[in-house]
Parts: sequence; C-alpha cells; structure tokens
Amino acid sequence: MTEGRAQAIVIGASAGALEALSVVLPALPATFDLPIIVVVHIPPDKRSFLAELLQAKSKIRVLEADDKEPICGGTAYFAPPNYHLLVEANKSLSLSSEEAVLFSRPSIDVLFESAADAYGAGLIAIVLTGANQDGASGLRAVVNAGGTAIVQTPKAAFASAMPEAAITMCPTAHIMSLDAILSFLHEV
Amino acid sequence: MKEIPAPEKIEDIEIRLLLEALYVRYHYDFRNYAMASIKRRLRQAREQLGFATISALQESVLHDTQMLPRLLGYLTIQVSEMFRDPSYFQAIREQVVPHLRTYPSLKIWIAGCSGGEELYSLVILFREEGLESRTIFYATDISQEALRTAEAGVYTLDRIQLFTENHRKSGGKSSLSDYYNAAYGRASFDKTLRQNVVFSDHSLVTDAVFGEMHLVSCRNVLIYFDRPLQDRAIGLFKHSLARKGFLGLGAKESLRFSAHSGSFKDFVREEKIYQRAGE
Ligand SMILES: C[S@@+](CC[C@H](N)C(=O)[O-])C[C@H]1O[C@@H](n2cnc3c(N)ncnc32)[C@H](O)[C@@H]1O
Repeated sequence: MTEGRAQAIVIGASAGALEALSVVLPALPATFDLPIIVVVHIPPDKRSFLAELLQAKSKIRVLEADDKEPICGGTAYFAPPNYHLLVEANKSLSLSSEEAVLFSRPSIDVLFESAADAYGAGLIAIVLTGANQDGASGLRAVVNAGGTAIVQTPKAAFASAMPEAAITMCPTAHIMSLDAILSFLHEV
Repeated sequence: MKEIPAPEKIEDIEIRLLLEALYVRYHYDFRNYAMASIKRRLRQAREQLGFATISALQESVLHDTQMLPRLLGYLTIQVSEMFRDPSYFQAIREQVVPHLRTYPSLKIWIAGCSGGEELYSLVILFREEGLESRTIFYATDISQEALRTAEAGVYTLDRIQLFTENHRKSGGKSSLSDYYNAAYGRASFDKTLRQNVVFSDHSLVTDAVFGEMHLVSCRNVLIYFDRPLQDRAIGLFKHSLARKGFLGLGAKESLRFSAHSGSFKDFVREEKIYQRAGE
C-alpha cells in the first residue's frame, strides 16, 4: 500500500480505546522498528495509566510522551492528559496546552496534521473506535500529504461514530478489522 | 533543471519569512519556537484573518500595525487557570514557603503570566501565608493584551467554579470569594492584590535578567520553545535566582535535558520545583 518504506504510525482512539489498543500493541514483536504515536481521549484532570497498562502487556516500549523527546523506533508514545501532542519536522515530539479542538485535548486531528507535515508519504495513520468526529480532518491531511489512511471497520468498532466520520471525510481510506490492521502492520 | 519543491515546502518557506519579518520589523522573535504548533496557529490565522497565503499575511503585518496584535493573538497561547495543577501550589505552600519565610524581603517573578491567573494564585497564597507584605511580584509577558487582562484582574464567572475548586485542592486557607466581587457575569479581583505587583513587558527570548529573585515561576511557556531556546530561558532564570532560590516549571517541563541542569537540584521532583545550587 505504501510506496517507499513507512517511517511512522499514528493512531487515534476514543471510547473503547483500551480494548482496541490491547489487541494491537501487545501483538507487535519486539523487533518492530517503527515509532507509534498515539492520542487517546482521556480525562484532563487525572493521571493516565494507559502507557503503564499497555507496557505491561507489550514487547515494544510504551511511554507517555515528554516534551521535545526525540522519536525512536520500536516505541509507542501516548499523549499525556490535557496536552496536545505534535510531531516536529526534526522528528521530535512537542506538547502544547493550546485550546481543546472538538472538545478534546489531546486532539487526534492536531497529532495527525503535524505528523502529516513531518512524515508526508512515510506516515501511516489509523483511526480506531470512538464516539465523536476527532481524527477525520487529521486523516484527510495525512492523505493529502501522500500518507496511508486506515480506519477500523465501523461495525466492528466498540463505537462507530469516529471511524464513520473518518471514512466520510476520507473515502479512499482502507477500512480494516483489527486483525487486518495487525497483519498489515506486521508487513510494513 | 532544478526540481520545484512540493507545495508543503513552500508554506514552510513562507512561515520562515513571516517570522523573520516579525523579528526585523517589530522585534518579536518566534523563530526558535516549536514549529509544529506555530505552523498550526499561522494556518489558523491565515484562514480566519482571510488571507490566501501566509505571504499575503506577511505583507499585511509588515505594512499595517493594526494587524500585529491580531497576529500575536494567534502566536501566543493564553490558556491558563488559577491554581492550575493544584498540587504545584500545595508544594509551593508546604515546601517552598517555609524557606521563603526566613528572608526579610522577597522577590518573585511570574514569567509568562498570561492573563494573571498564576500571578493572583501566588499573591493569594502569599497573603494566606502572611508573606505578601514583604514581597514584590514581577509579572511579565510578551503579550500586551495578556498584561492588560492581568492588570485588570477580571474573569468571567463561568471560570470561577474551577478556580475555587483548584484553590481548595491546593490547600487554600481562605475562601476564594474573599478576593473578588461578582457582578454582571464577571468576577473582579480585589485591587489590593495588585499593590505589590509590577507588571512588565519582557521576553524570555530577547530580554535580559532584571533583578535577583527568590522564586521564579514559569509554567507552560517553555514547551512552546525549541530545545536551544528553552536553554536560553533557563539560563536567564539561573542568573536571576539568588543562591538557593527556587524555580517552578509546568507539569510537563523539566531541566532534565538542559545544559544548566547542573546548576539546580530537584526540590520537589514531581512538581518540577528546582532549587538553585548554592555555590
Ligand atoms: C500557556 S500561557 C501560560 C500561562 C501561565 N503561566 C500558566 O501556566 O497557566 C503562555 C504564556 O507565555 C507567554 N509567552 C510566550 N512567549 C513568551 C516569551 N518569549 N517571553 C515571555 N512570555 C512569553 C504567552 O504570551 C502566554 O501568556
């Protein structure tokens, strides 16, 4: 699907995120060498245990992202509560407390748009389960920059609204079950 | 024949030129800010201010001084709260204040004070702890609009519930309602809170140290800078802090990667409160 080698993966998920990510991240082998940058909608005022929970089950490294951290392969970075997570052109991560977008901070759109700028055609973006519209316009930016867009099959998702909105905005996106997404990732 | 760059790259050129123009013309220096966020906000500005390209926006801001404050409104982020991250203020109260008490007079610098939320939080905390009358508070920002808001100390009432809750969680010893008057949907904070405050236009990028401080609180400003610029600002804090003075950063900011980290020690690690090493 991708022309040339993929350089990075971004994932957005909301309602039902933990279950979906618990299928995807733990299934990746220790040798998986792309970075994965993830925004999940989480409450702004509580510590998040997502990274710790998923690290316990995964063979790749799973972390909560730090400001200006260089992006490394084989690592999944999660946006911390109440901050947007962005990718810089020099392939490092930035946090920002600018306004919530579509009521969300972190916002999937903000991550996807900045990652599309940084990685262009080398980016794979995946929209998973969720009950809102976040990620749709970000996925569009990924497609416009030549990247690969993947959306979880809405019927199979815990919440279908977010994948549906993404498909409406990006009709050319590949629609896949979690299993299909996994076999795709095994081959990138 | 030379290759013509793809359209995204042209936007990057335009952004670089616009930031250069802002610097040369007005001495506002955003050239070393974290670009992903700057780019996002310049796109927003271009769209909402009605320009076809960033270059057109640049032409306008060069020739029309009215455009400058509007553009700065996009380039600086004014999101803030009173007692934001209550545990930070609790740590200041319980762990930093006992040290500050030992000084006969105090200077505190709130760098990047935005609309004053962090400033008033500290003034109220100092009043509760009986330190306000011996303290001068320097509240600085590059945004004139933010400084005006900070000096006015007026916030919409819908924000007060959160401020009150934060204040309580931070270990507040009084009721926040003691400090403001509510009328017409607005809360006006008492002008006596400003009696020891100096408001001033100051940039962490282009300006120098201006006094010897016992505490510098600079929260959620450094994340908008790239690494070398973060280091410049931290160097300023280092040079403005008295021996054993304190530096408080935002929840997601740290000295971990800084060239100056050797000049500080962790004081309350989880809250990103550091102490200047005494040499
Ligand atoms: C997100 S607000 C932080 C407000 C407050 N400190 C807090 O943590 O709630 C960032 C502030 O930094 C200011 N700022 C941006 N660049 C600056 C600079 N070079 N020097 C001083 N302040 C700056 C902005 O104008 C804005 O008011």
